[in-house]
Parts: sequence; structure tokens; C-alpha cells
Amino acid sequence: MSTTTADLHHDPHGQDPHGHGNGHGHGHDPRHQHHFATMEQQFDTSKIGMWLFLATEVLTFGGLFAGFGLMQNKYPREFVEAHLQLQRLPGAANTVVLLISSFTMVMAVLSARTNQIAKTVRYLWLTVGCAGIFMCIKAYEYHHKFEEGLLPGMFYHHEGDLIAGSHGYSAFFSFYFMMTGLHGLHVLIGMGMLSWLAIRAKRGEFSDKYYTPVDLVGLFWHLVDMIWIYLFPLYYLIS
Amino acid sequence: MSTHSEHTHDPRKEARAHVITLVTLLILTIITVGASYIQFGSPAANVVIALTIATFKATIVGLFFMHLLHDKAVNAIIAVAGYLFLGIFLLFCFIDIGSRGNLQPTNLHPPTAVAASGEAGAAAPAGEKAAEGKKE
Repeated sequence: MSTTTADLHHDPHGQDPHGHGNGHGHGHDPRHQHHFATMEQQFDTSKIGMWLFLATEVLTFGGLFAGFGLMQNKYPREFVEAHLQLQRLPGAANTVVLLISSFTMVMAVLSARTNQIAKTVRYLWLTVGCAGIFMCIKAYEYHHKFEEGLLPGMFYHHEGDLIAGSHGYSAFFSFYFMMTGLHGLHVLIGMGMLSWLAIRAKRGEFSDKYYTPVDLVGLFWHLVDMIWIYLFPLYYLIS
Repeated sequence: MSTHSEHTHDPRKEARAHVITLVTLLILTIITVGASYIQFGSPAANVVIALTIATFKATIVGLFFMHLLHDKAVNAIIAVAGYLFLGIFLLFCFIDIGSRGNLQPTNLHPPTAVAASGEAGAAAPAGEKAAEGKKE
């Protein structure tokens, strides 16, 4: 690190008028990458990158929603009948579980930012727990669909449909498994990242000076919740 | 990063705000489920109401859980741009779906007119055109 850039590496908190008084003014943070002027700039850059990724996620799911709308328009009667095969109670339970997990996530970010490390770890594991409950309920639902033969595309073999032989039913379940499956994959990836964060938090790696990973995984987790907010009424409630 | 604009200096106050956000979202979930048992005239009306509530919930998640309300504007711009382009995409998809019934060649001569003018050699191209339209 050259001396000419040393000025740029002043921690902004040194001049914090509200002063938390933990005297971290002038040290060089080892997590500070040399191509960023300040830790704050580094944090903001990471966050912009995460938001760009989330925008692409919105568009990915948006394509699936458009396809679903198109097929619903083509096979309206089959889709309404297929909707009735989905049970509302597990769907609603999963909505509540995910909303609570979003809350525990935002509390984990708040705790990390305010140096409450034990709380951060606890909230992160609670979030993982909620995600686990979500996946268990999802597995129960999938199992029920498999048993009934309510499967995507060519694997569909459910008996007793009103419009026998229509492709509308298998199209519905193709979209159902594709969209909830992709969403479930996001939940699993989220669980992996949250566990990794909890382990790192336990080691004391996060504080008010550095909590970027907690914040960014938090954003990802809220997006997963947001997508479910749309999936739930579209799949379970329309009749 | 305690100088960051999103940070208030009382974590308890902030935690209380998050609890209120969670309760609001849970109440809206109950409203969504309740609304699905009521018939609002047409199935389309039910879809619109369900999606309106969902969008309201998603906005609350974005503003408060994802801190967009107090965060740097650039993040909100990216988020809004994402949804804006999704909106354009969906709008044109549904204009397409909605207008497919209009693609009938109603501006062409009806089949009877084709048969009548079929004898005249000069009218043949127009007749072919109409016959093509009929096949559609």
C-alpha cells in the first residue's frame, strides 16, 4: 500500500459525528480491497452488484410467469381444475413460514450491524430452520402430487379429469414443478449460504465495520420470499 | 459503515419497525386467502385483486426488509428498472394473447364474393388472397 493513497484509507467512521466511541478511526481493515477508496464504497459496490443480480432473477421468474399466463389463457378450464388439486393449507403455511424467515433474516442483519454477534448467529439459524420447514412442507406436497400422478409433461397420468386427454393438465403441472422447483432450489441455495454465514458469524467475522455478506444474502433471501408472495396466490388461490 | 444513510441509531426502534412490517405482511396474507373465497364478478377480477395484494406485499418487503426506503437511490433505481422491464415484457405478451382473436382476415372479401368473381381472370389474384385468408 503506497503512502500516497493512505489518505483515502481513512475509515469514514473516524469522523462519525454520532461516534460509537470504539476508536476504529485509522487502522487498515484487512478486508478492505485496494481498488476501493473506502470500506463504504466497497460495501455500496457489492450491494449494487447484488441488486443487478436480483433484477436478472426477477426477469428469469418473469419469463415463467408470462408462460404460465399464456397457458392459462389457452386452457382456462383445465387450469382451474388443476388448481383445485393444490392444497391451500400447506401453501398458506409456507407463505407464513417464509414471511417469518424474512423477519428473522432482517433481524440477523440488524444484529450484525449493531455488534450483537450471539443474536446474529441465533437469527441466522432460525432463518435456516424456517427454510427447512418450508422445504419439508414442499416435500410433503410434491409427494402427494407424485402419488396422484400429477406430474409434468409426458409423465402426467392422473385419472378422472373432466376433459380427458387434454394437454392443459400436464402443462399446468409442468409450470407448477418448474416454478416451485426453481424457487425451491433458491431456498436450498439460501439455506447453504445462511449456514455458511452463521458459522462465520460464530467465529466473530461480522461487526458494524464489516457485515456485507449478511446484508447481501439477506437481500437474496427477501427476493426468494418476494417470488413466493406471487407464486402462492397464482397457484393456490385462483379458482 | 455506521455513517450509512440507512442506519438509524436505535436498534430497538428498528426491530420494532420490523415486527410491524411482519405483522402487516401476515395480515395481508390472511386478506389474500379471504379474498380468494369471494367471487368478484369474473375470474379475471379475482386474479387482479390477488396480484394487487401480492404487489403491495412485495413493495413492503422491498421498502422495509430490503431497506430500499432508506438506502442509496441507485439500488432502488435498479430494482424499479428490473420490475419496469418485466412490466413491459408482460404487457406485450398479454397484448399479444389478448389480440389473437382479432387476426381473422375480416377485411378480405367473404367466400361468396370469391366464388362470384372467380370466373374473371383479372380478379384471380384477389380471389387467391381471400382463399388463403379462409384457410387460416
